[in-house]
Amino acid sequence: MRNLSKISNPYNDDKDFDGCSLFGMMNLEGKRFSSQDPVKAIANMHERGNGLGGGFAVYGIYPEHQDDYAFHIMYLSRDAKEKTDRLLRENFDVLHEEEIPTREANVRDRPLVWRYFVQLGKRRPANQTAEDYVTEKVMRINTATGKAFVFSSGKNMGVFKGVGSPEDIADFFRLEEYEGYLWTCHGRFPTNTPGWWGGAHPFNILDWTVVHNGELSSYGINRRYLEMYGYKCTMQTDTEVLAYAFDLLMRRQHLPIEIVSKILAAPLWSEIDTMEAKQQRVLRTLRQTYGSLLMNGPFSVIVAHHGEMIGLTDRIKLRPLVAGARGDFLYLSSEEAAMRLVSPRLDKFWYPRGGEPAVGRLGKRQAVEVLAHVGGE
Amino acid sequence: MKTYLLPEYLVERDQNRCIRCKVCVNQCTYDTHYYDAEDDVICSRDENCVNCQRCVTFCPTHAITIRKNPNANTENYNWTLEAIRDVKKQAETGGVILTGMGCDKPYFTYWDRLLLNASQVTNPSIDPLREPMEIRTYLGAKPDKLEMELENGNVALKTELTPQLCLDTPIMFSAMSYGAISLNVHEALARAATECGTYFNTGEGGLDQKLYKYCSHAIVQVASGRFGVHPKYLDVGAAVEIKIGQGAKPGIGGHLPGEKVTADVARTRMIPTGTDALSPAPQHDIYSIEDLRQLIYALKEATDYIKPISVKIAAVHNSAAIASGMVRAGADIIALDGVRGATGAAPKVIRDNVGIPIELAIAQVDQRLREEGIRNQASIVAAGGIRSSADVVKAIALGTDAVYIATAALVAIGCTVCQKCYTGKCPWGIATCDPWISKRVNPDIASERLANLLRGWSLEIKDMMGGMGINAIESLRGNRLALRGVGLTETELKILGVKMAGD
Amino acid sequence: MLEEEKAIAEISAKFLPRVKVENERWKIDADGMYYKDLNRLLRAISSNGAEKIEIHNVYGQRYIGTDLDVEVQIDIYGTPGNDLGAFMNGPRIMVHGNAQDGCGNTMNEGQIVVHGSAGDITGHSMRGGKIFVRDDVGYRVGIHMKEYQGKKPQLVIGGTAQDFLGEYMAGGVIIVLGLNLSEGECCTAKFVSTGMHGGVIYERGNILEVEKGTKVMKVGKRDTRVIENLVKEFCEHFGADYEKVMSAQFCKIVPVSKRPYGKLYSY
Repeated sequence: MRNLSKISNPYNDDKDFDGCSLFGMMNLEGKRFSSQDPVKAIANMHERGNGLGGGFAVYGIYPEHQDDYAFHIMYLSRDAKEKTDRLLRENFDVLHEEEIPTREANVRDRPLVWRYFVQLGKRRPANQTAEDYVTEKVMRINTATGKAFVFSSGKNMGVFKGVGSPEDIADFFRLEEYEGYLWTCHGRFPTNTPGWWGGAHPFNILDWTVVHNGELSSYGINRRYLEMYGYKCTMQTDTEVLAYAFDLLMRRQHLPIEIVSKILAAPLWSEIDTMEAKQQRVLRTLRQTYGSLLMNGPFSVIVAHHGEMIGLTDRIKLRPLVAGARGDFLYLSSEEAAMRLVSPRLDKFWYPRGGEPAVGRLGKRQAVEVLAHVGGE
Repeated sequence: MKTYLLPEYLVERDQNRCIRCKVCVNQCTYDTHYYDAEDDVICSRDENCVNCQRCVTFCPTHAITIRKNPNANTENYNWTLEAIRDVKKQAETGGVILTGMGCDKPYFTYWDRLLLNASQVTNPSIDPLREPMEIRTYLGAKPDKLEMELENGNVALKTELTPQLCLDTPIMFSAMSYGAISLNVHEALARAATECGTYFNTGEGGLDQKLYKYCSHAIVQVASGRFGVHPKYLDVGAAVEIKIGQGAKPGIGGHLPGEKVTADVARTRMIPTGTDALSPAPQHDIYSIEDLRQLIYALKEATDYIKPISVKIAAVHNSAAIASGMVRAGADIIALDGVRGATGAAPKVIRDNVGIPIELAIAQVDQRLREEGIRNQASIVAAGGIRSSADVVKAIALGTDAVYIATAALVAIGCTVCQKCYTGKCPWGIATCDPWISKRVNPDIASERLANLLRGWSLEIKDMMGGMGINAIESLRGNRLALRGVGLTETELKILGVKMAGD
Repeated sequence: MLEEEKAIAEISAKFLPRVKVENERWKIDADGMYYKDLNRLLRAISSNGAEKIEIHNVYGQRYIGTDLDVEVQIDIYGTPGNDLGAFMNGPRIMVHGNAQDGCGNTMNEGQIVVHGSAGDITGHSMRGGKIFVRDDVGYRVGIHMKEYQGKKPQLVIGGTAQDFLGEYMAGGVIIVLGLNLSEGECCTAKFVSTGMHGGVIYERGNILEVEKGTKVMKVGKRDTRVIENLVKEFCEHFGADYEKVMSAQFCKIVPVSKRPYGKLYSY
């Protein structure tokens, strides 16, 4: 059993520290588009990274396999691939597999990256959901050899990432050959975990992806809270904890983003105390129950899963995030210039407030800027 | 509210020796001594005495003794006298307890548990008095390799080194802001640094115009309050230092109580006279590593890339990872300030409880940067309770390129570390901007004392180096084998990267 | 300064094709230019006597105006990057679009006019000069502005601001006009003027909720003069109706004490 922590956090720091650039682009009608604009935008924010990490999450790229789980797996050795292939075959019906097409590009120490389209078939034990089954197997793959890592395991989506600037990663993975209706992009400035492809963002669990800028000073307790619910924070990164928090609250506990943002970026008591009674009760209860998931420290994140793209910053807005809309498109970005580069004219442009999410939902032509009163009307 | 606190110190005056010259009355800035004309006797208000030793030093007949008040609570290692006093003081005021100078608690000092080597028999020691002994140090980023061109047998160097600071001795004066200390002391530091071929740091209070003539030896600091940061300031400095934190108060900002903000200080800092100059805790444009890079390059742009940019942090947990980020963000010099770092004013709880010893931080930062292959991309300067040349040598052996001293410099000028700097009444004229009291420091004499200190330490460093068989400081830098530990646990030895004495 | 002259000559030669001079206006096409090259080019042409410069196709280039200490006029078309005019000392910059974060950071002298909005920490530690923003600004705007005698920074915001406006202000003038608010609507910024111990914030109407330690007062004659002058400039820049803007009642926000933290510490 290999210790992922040792690989992700080789110096045994409290956790990974890095800084970054974020970009998200979604077509609210679900119409797929190419990589051109997302890559142009994230490349424009080159100064925020240091060329040691870049990545993309793309949704809607495998229409011919849309009901199959698409595993993107990276290998550092042939042996690891063999072991993983066996593991996959033992636990899934592997319908199709191939190496992800790449080309020579300015990236470091490239690993082998394969994709597999799989189904559970009749293997799932009765008392476990399909999703839990998949996450359990993904964790097994990640820890079995220490030289294999699952980039993504959702349906009809994929994560492409590695050690290189985002535009070079896009070049390496030939992203111009893909079309998706939702793209999130990340440029990384890692400090203590520079060399590992698995450490780049986006972080993925099922079809949830997180790209993140900032650092959680509450990481120590966020992590221990999530571990109570069965999550193993092996990567020791803030991004991992954020992804698990979204997974726990939105997928497992079915809470909508309007509530989840009030948990992760909880309003101050001084604000809650001045709200009207019903709202006060809801927010107070949320904070009393989920206090350990309050994300403290500067952060801006773009979280995506099928049908939704969410941008959120910490409650006193210590990291930048701007939002814009034009026609059917919703844009989220660390810097406005990147957005303007791909869409010089915008119908709507705003600076979301700290703790208030900017949400794009499929079918909802209007991007949801700020949530309705929680617990009020 | 009546105070339940007894005086900390008692003033004992030998009346046979006292000649009623009233020097003590004039010198004390705390109003402790007074002359009773009717009885022709000098009396003292014990409760005002802070044990600064000014009167003791200047009394011509040595008539005064300051004694710790023997009226103390029953001995208790948990509820120490200090713990009890602090609780009572807060009960009386409801405020944050302030203090000055560095952490005085009896733990944390690793210098005293590290010993140096000397060469014998197999490797000769070198005579420092008669043979050359080099301690010149260059601070700044160094490249991985150099590109040379060979043309007709002549070697041409193609690589341009980024800007460097040249130090004749690996000791610099650490940041002390104008406002925390007087202009006369600032001037003395500037002159001594210039004379000895090293640098002084302006601290976060800006640089008074009078000192511009020493600017080629000044490291100008850009702190969270951005006091005194104007284009000329950036232009004149030899290097620019971004202050993220300091060892005495990691995580919180600088603190200059209103008492110390005189008209001159207000002018240099551009804030109203008498206001508290509390620098914000964070720099409000640095909330993430890429923001630090943004500020570093903003300063490089503003100074046209001709000066090294230094970034100063307090030594805290994960200093190594933070330092790695700083180097990758473009810093040319990393300044680490340990838990023993001093200050003009800080909350006592933070001074004594936040931060880690500089010895451990140096060892870890040096080791981490080497493991990542980026040690050459920035120089390390260490600060925080360096008391002697032996501490300097040990620091360099652990991996630092140079050290910053501040407390030692002030002690050289006259400070007795009474920890009352925040009152602005320093009777030695050092930690005050009161125009009357600050005259007590004569820049001519003070700069001579500082230069003497640097000279003495430099000679001692050369002595120790020679004893180790080293005649160039590059051979000492990061050379852990020059050190051995005594009384350290296995983990401590591991973190310091040093073997046990005898091993 | 021979090094500098050499660098300027190099830059000029390399990027010359991007520069056109028409009627004494120097036009630069900055499309795809790295910020370091763009700023060097600006320095080169301004030391060659350019007084009016236009930069087109700006997408995120940082620190524009930072190392210029001449009174050139620069028109920026596009979206300038972070730290526009940081540590700036003299130029007059016009942004035809939005500015990003750090606009006028620790600015010393000069002027920045934004025909749009500006992001977070606009005017951070400003020490002099003027910034006019037509629309809104972000968080922590005007944080720790300072002044001394004649040097007084001024920041005029046509729309509204977000949280922490004027945090820890020590001097200077901020005016918030709230022109895009509807009747009776207030600015939702929280923690305005927290830690303020110098300077003044003027608001058009009573639209800001301020922190303890500051108070809202009526404006006096001298205040009115300051407001009138700045609003006149604002209207000239953005074509707003001066009479209409001045028709509302202005208030001023000042610190109650210049030692808001005086009682915090026990000596």
